[in-house]
Amino acid sequence: MTTAMTLAQAQQEVIDEFAMFSDWQDRYEHLIELGKDLPMIAPEKKTEENIVRGCQSRVWLNAEQKNGLVHFTADSDAMITKGLVALLVRVLNDRTPEEILNTPLTFIDTIGLREHLSPNRSNGLVAMLDQMKRYAVAYSAKL
Amino acid sequence: MTTKADTAIKKTYDVEEIRAQFPILKELVHGKPLVYFDNAATSQKPRRVIKAESTYYATINANVHRGVHTLSTLATEAQEAARETVRSHINAKHAHEVIFTSGTTASINLAAQSLGQLLLKKGDEVLISGMEHHANIVPWQLVCERYGAVLKVIPISDSGEWDLGETPGQARSDVFTEKTRILAISHVSNTLGTINPVKELVAEAKKRGIITLVDGAQAIAHLPLDVQDLGCDLYTFSGHKCYAPTGIGVLYGREELLERMPPWQGGGEMIDVVTFEKTTYAKLPFKFEAGTPHIAGIIGLGEAIRWMQDYDLGAMAAHEYTLLEHATKELLNIDGLRIIGTAQEKVGVISFVVDPSSNSASGVHHYDLGTLLDQQGIAVRTGHHCTQPLMERFGVSGTTRASFAPFNTIAEIDAMVAATKKAVKMLR
Repeated sequence: MTTAMTLAQAQQEVIDEFAMFSDWQDRYEHLIELGKDLPMIAPEKKTEENIVRGCQSRVWLNAEQKNGLVHFTADSDAMITKGLVALLVRVLNDRTPEEILNTPLTFIDTIGLREHLSPNRSNGLVAMLDQMKRYAVAYSAKL
Repeated sequence: MTTKADTAIKKTYDVEEIRAQFPILKELVHGKPLVYFDNAATSQKPRRVIKAESTYYATINANVHRGVHTLSTLATEAQEAARETVRSHINAKHAHEVIFTSGTTASINLAAQSLGQLLLKKGDEVLISGMEHHANIVPWQLVCERYGAVLKVIPISDSGEWDLGETPGQARSDVFTEKTRILAISHVSNTLGTINPVKELVAEAKKRGIITLVDGAQAIAHLPLDVQDLGCDLYTFSGHKCYAPTGIGVLYGREELLERMPPWQGGGEMIDVVTFEKTTYAKLPFKFEAGTPHIAGIIGLGEAIRWMQDYDLGAMAAHEYTLLEHATKELLNIDGLRIIGTAQEKVGVISFVVDPSSNSASGVHHYDLGTLLDQQGIAVRTGHHCTQPLMERFGVSGTTRASFAPFNTIAEIDAMVAATKKAVKMLR
């Protein structure tokens, strides 16, 4: 879906998309829809090991390396969390570890979901992002 | 014993008059008026309490019990006046039975560490209940592990009450064994709102020579309290849950027991004479108050209690009960909504989950619901509420919990119910 775009472009696309919404309800409804559209993670990947710690809901995040690119799949038992992880997957999926590690992520801040970055939030958006970056670091070391 | 507070003329209960005293209620959240239903996590503070704390810093800030100078004397007097206020509020026999701590968690840790050293031997038992907050589980696990004692748990019924046997509310003798040394139980459940029949169980424990601790963290803001009537050896609560600042709490202990208990933390203030060979300890309550106390918090706690004493606690409780009944009735109209904790005796706490139903294949995750309620200006708590074993007992990963205070209104409940309906519709 986004392979033709750079990470920065994919990020901008999300920002533009969310700019259409003027109120919280539309924003969250869209987020919930994005979660519903998240491709299914393979059931065998929903392991204890792949659970992201620090989330009030359960989040599974799996990463594999394909042709030098990091491929993410994810799921959550909460819909908003699933929407958030779907956004991260959409922006970061199928990119080189370097692109993941070197592009500053600003979109969450600018699309009206800033509160999800607060350390108080137990949805673990920060934890999910950290986990994705750790995978990128691990794969970049392997190259 | 009749306290001064009992005989004083109480203010008439007027929710608007009470609301006007809480500055935070004027705040907007996401552009909407704040509806604060997370009072069981921490209560909001009336202006009087905020002012008492800042006035202390602005006018008499000094260390207590140390200086000969005027400010130190004034600070010490203010702190000890607050201790007397707490004593009268809980009807302890002596002010020195009131020990200031940083909160209920610290109070229970102090009690567990000290009692463990005093009482526990290999094979002894500590009895708690299945609805305890982690703060009344983990400290006992730590001492049980150290002394080879065993932690036993009173089971919880489907309605969220102690399951003591065939006769509800009656302490069946077999919850205790010959090896039970300590009973540590909550007065009111933070997750379910259940008011436990502590007096009856404490009486049963006392007959068997068992030391009793009651965790009153959730009771202090809701129930009138008389520790002598309750009969427990130890009682704990936090200031921040009864309109006082954070970081201050109380461990009440019966004088005879406190005299026998060894100190837990060492340092300044708690000593009599220190030499490198041997230290003798200060008298109660200072034996258990090492270091400089949270003086401003203590003064704030005194003011918060005086604020509560200005009102008829019964009228406040009746108001909260009206809110609870209304919320229960209205929430149950939501398809698939199930209330966790349906005891007869409850404070204004309502915990619920939204299950799949005949009309909808999917339930609603508490995290999603809490997030969408927040967007509508409504503050509730979601998750396990620091009672993971209780969540497991009810087979849920967490709940959404609304907890009420005297400043909450029926209109706010209606706003929450409408917001919940909207959120559930978005999430299904």
